[in-house]
Amino acid sequence: MSSALELFAQLTVNGIAVGAIYALVALGIVLIHKATEVLNFAHGDLLVLSAFSAWALIEGAGLPFWLVLPIVALGIGVVSYGIDAVIVRRIAGQPQFAGVMLTIALAFMLRGLVMMGFGTDSQSYDTPWSGQSTTVLGVTIADLSLVIMGVVFVIAALLWVFFRKTRLGVAMQAASQNQLAAHLNGVRVKRLNSLVWALAGVTAAIAGMFLAPVTLVDTALWLITLKALAAIVLGGFGSLPGAVLGGVLIGLIEQYAGVYLPDGFKDIAAYLVLIAVLILKPNGLLGDAHGRRV
Amino acid sequence: MTGPLLELDKVALHFGGLAAISDLSISVNAGEVLAVIGPNGAGKTSMLNLVTRVFEATKGRILFKGQDIARAPRSKIAHLGIARTFQNIELFDAASVLDNLLLGRHRFGAGAWWQQVLRTPGLTRREEDHRAKVETVIEFLDLSAWRNAQVASLPYGVRKVVELGRALCSEPEILFLDEPASGLNPEETRDLAFWIDDIRSDLGITVVMIEHDMSLVSAVADRVVCMAQGRVLAQGTSAEVQAHPDVISAYLGT
Amino acid sequence: MRFDYHTRYRQGFALLRHPSDWLAYGLLAVVLLALPFFASTYLIGELGYVLILCIAAMGLMALTGFTGQVSLGHASFVAIGAYAHAWLLAQGVPFVLALPLAGVISAEAGLVVGIPAIRVSGLYLAMVTLAFSIVVEQVIGMWRGVTGGFMGMLVETPRIFGVSVGAPKYFYYVCLFVAVLVLLALANLMRSGIGRAFTGVRDSEAAAYALGIEVKRVKVGAFGLSAGITGLAGALMAHHIGYLTPDAFTLLLSLDLVLMVVIGGMGSLRGAILGAVLISFLPKGVALLKSALPDAMARQSGLEIFVAGLVLALFVLFEPMGLNGRWLKLRALFESFPLYRRDTFRRQKTYMKSERSR
Repeated sequence: MSSALELFAQLTVNGIAVGAIYALVALGIVLIHKATEVLNFAHGDLLVLSAFSAWALIEGAGLPFWLVLPIVALGIGVVSYGIDAVIVRRIAGQPQFAGVMLTIALAFMLRGLVMMGFGTDSQSYDTPWSGQSTTVLGVTIADLSLVIMGVVFVIAALLWVFFRKTRLGVAMQAASQNQLAAHLNGVRVKRLNSLVWALAGVTAAIAGMFLAPVTLVDTALWLITLKALAAIVLGGFGSLPGAVLGGVLIGLIEQYAGVYLPDGFKDIAAYLVLIAVLILKPNGLLGDAHGRRV
Repeated sequence: MTGPLLELDKVALHFGGLAAISDLSISVNAGEVLAVIGPNGAGKTSMLNLVTRVFEATKGRILFKGQDIARAPRSKIAHLGIARTFQNIELFDAASVLDNLLLGRHRFGAGAWWQQVLRTPGLTRREEDHRAKVETVIEFLDLSAWRNAQVASLPYGVRKVVELGRALCSEPEILFLDEPASGLNPEETRDLAFWIDDIRSDLGITVVMIEHDMSLVSAVADRVVCMAQGRVLAQGTSAEVQAHPDVISAYLGT
Repeated sequence: MRFDYHTRYRQGFALLRHPSDWLAYGLLAVVLLALPFFASTYLIGELGYVLILCIAAMGLMALTGFTGQVSLGHASFVAIGAYAHAWLLAQGVPFVLALPLAGVISAEAGLVVGIPAIRVSGLYLAMVTLAFSIVVEQVIGMWRGVTGGFMGMLVETPRIFGVSVGAPKYFYYVCLFVAVLVLLALANLMRSGIGRAFTGVRDSEAAAYALGIEVKRVKVGAFGLSAGITGLAGALMAHHIGYLTPDAFTLLLSLDLVLMVVIGGMGSLRGAILGAVLISFLPKGVALLKSALPDAMARQSGLEIFVAGLVLALFVLFEPMGLNGRWLKLRALFESFPLYRRDTFRRQKTYMKSERSR
């Protein structure tokens, strides 16, 4: 293979690997937004919390990664359920802006708590796949990236099955379409919303635990929320398949921009895409159109 | 002036493949109260939304005083002298009744931006003129008790009246009322009937109202148009339309 | 209770309607004017900064509070104002000219950002502004020729007609002057036609159109106005910082500004000012709090951000009308004492109103 083609292939693989994480974060945000119309700006801070928790359990308590994974995922799920049940639920029915402000407040509080509990230094931990890589056709892929892609694929598939085939999933879909109607049909909307938060919390925890070994365990991890927003917008707001597609595309665009575009574009590519999509095609790739009636 | 004040000429409105309105022709004469009735989904509100340019007509002309307004910018409609109310009250909830009514005066201008920034004496006089006009509407609709109240805190019936007042503040030539009596109690509906009559006779404003309450329609309308499935089914006096066999079958759904 | 016996409409329009208002605001003016003669140089410098934040918060309030357009990226306009001002000064433009010009440049940028506001609103607009501010931060970092890039840029000492006003004591008066000017201009604007059009667009676009308001122009115009005022604050901030680097204008500054308008109370200039004052004194309060805490907790650095979040959450949950709402309630309590009804300001129960299809 020519080196230009090899580079392109390498970038594509890297882009999908990074994009898979974006997709997972985006999925969690879309889940909550679909169910409750709250755009969760604290999602990235759940990632931060899970990364630091995992670090404490692996490096501090010496537990193996495969054991820490379910513990932290469950723990963050419970925290996330609690956040909705105790705090976010209170503003149901208020304008969207209130939800934005409240989750920003929650983000600040979570970040503050993490800083107070775990300190502000960057940390790192290893996974069973750290430091190993596989080479296929001249393209080198870190094993961890392969695992991440696999995990995200499995989670996306599980969510698809969950929403299509299970009673709870169908109830969640119904509630997200029309909360009042669902409520009148005996769906316990409030509890359901909290469960959606818990589910989103679990995805955030998994994303956090797999992202941290790739980057660092750091409070700056929350910035991934912004990349995920770009992914959500590109995919079409409110669409779960769109979130996955958008995440992967943003990952790819960033990788290509880093090599094929002038210096500095890699950092802003996602945001330029976000602005362009919202101006030119606000419904994104897979979103559906709405109009307001009077 | 000869000819009708407002004329819809073979107007059609399609959403994708769906025809909400097809080949609709209605004319409104100056000085009359016209009631538009019809079953749900007949296209009554769509017709109003076409005239006020919320929707873009797929075909046809909408003539207001002989001028085609079917392609006019949405914000120009009020400036021509066309005012409306909304089916599900569209008031400025966080503002006071007074500010809502003053917004009704928007089309008469509020001074240049620099006059507003400096609050020049000329601007204060202009604001006073607007305020005086608003006060006449407040008196007309008996709203003085609510003048400084925030709209969001008002009972439903009062809000409907405020919305009517806001439309009147723009001193329109033609006023569209979208289900003005829905959600009102019988007493409020009776007040409304008197007001509509006064709006026509004292203020000289042509009124087109979309309404389901046939007692109100019979009481105030000079002429009734019945729509169904985006077309005019029948028109004439209230009694004629109600007796029309097509109208009866449209309502009974046969 | 206080009753208004107005005999002319203009008495109802007045900014200060009662003798007590005149007294209270007069007293405040005297205190603000006399402060530099009593307070320490450090405190005066900080107060100047608070005034700058007040200006920026009023700018954001004009947009978010009055037209209902959320911006999570107003730090970019602070940055544009600051850099434009510093660059103009470096080109030899005198301070008194550079300051308004910086505002104008920032306003132009605001008009450009406002164009998407025609097509998107609500959350989408919040995201556009957020993305815009990140892009601006990067562009400032990369545009070395004008901005000095990540290395930074020195801001020249402000001079008015050849006299240096760089000392905190004098600069405080400059800030106070601009802040009062902005406050009066906005207060006048918001009680006139343009302000009414703003609230009209905020509360119901459909009705605004039906009344002949050019909704798109109002939205874009509000962005321009807001960005211009925020840019003025940025120009003043350039002198306060003294040395500009892109990391002075990050997302956190944007969020701080949003915090100010939310905590202050939407749709009120008094709220913007109260919010700016509270948020800028919050870190000082937390520092005081720390000295009372055990050593181990006091050394942790997350407390400031935690408290900021907590305050915001408490306001969103329990006092959505912000400090201004609280102020109005207290005033009503005093004026109607002892007849105050507890339910006077009770919010009506609202049902979920979907904003998906706006």
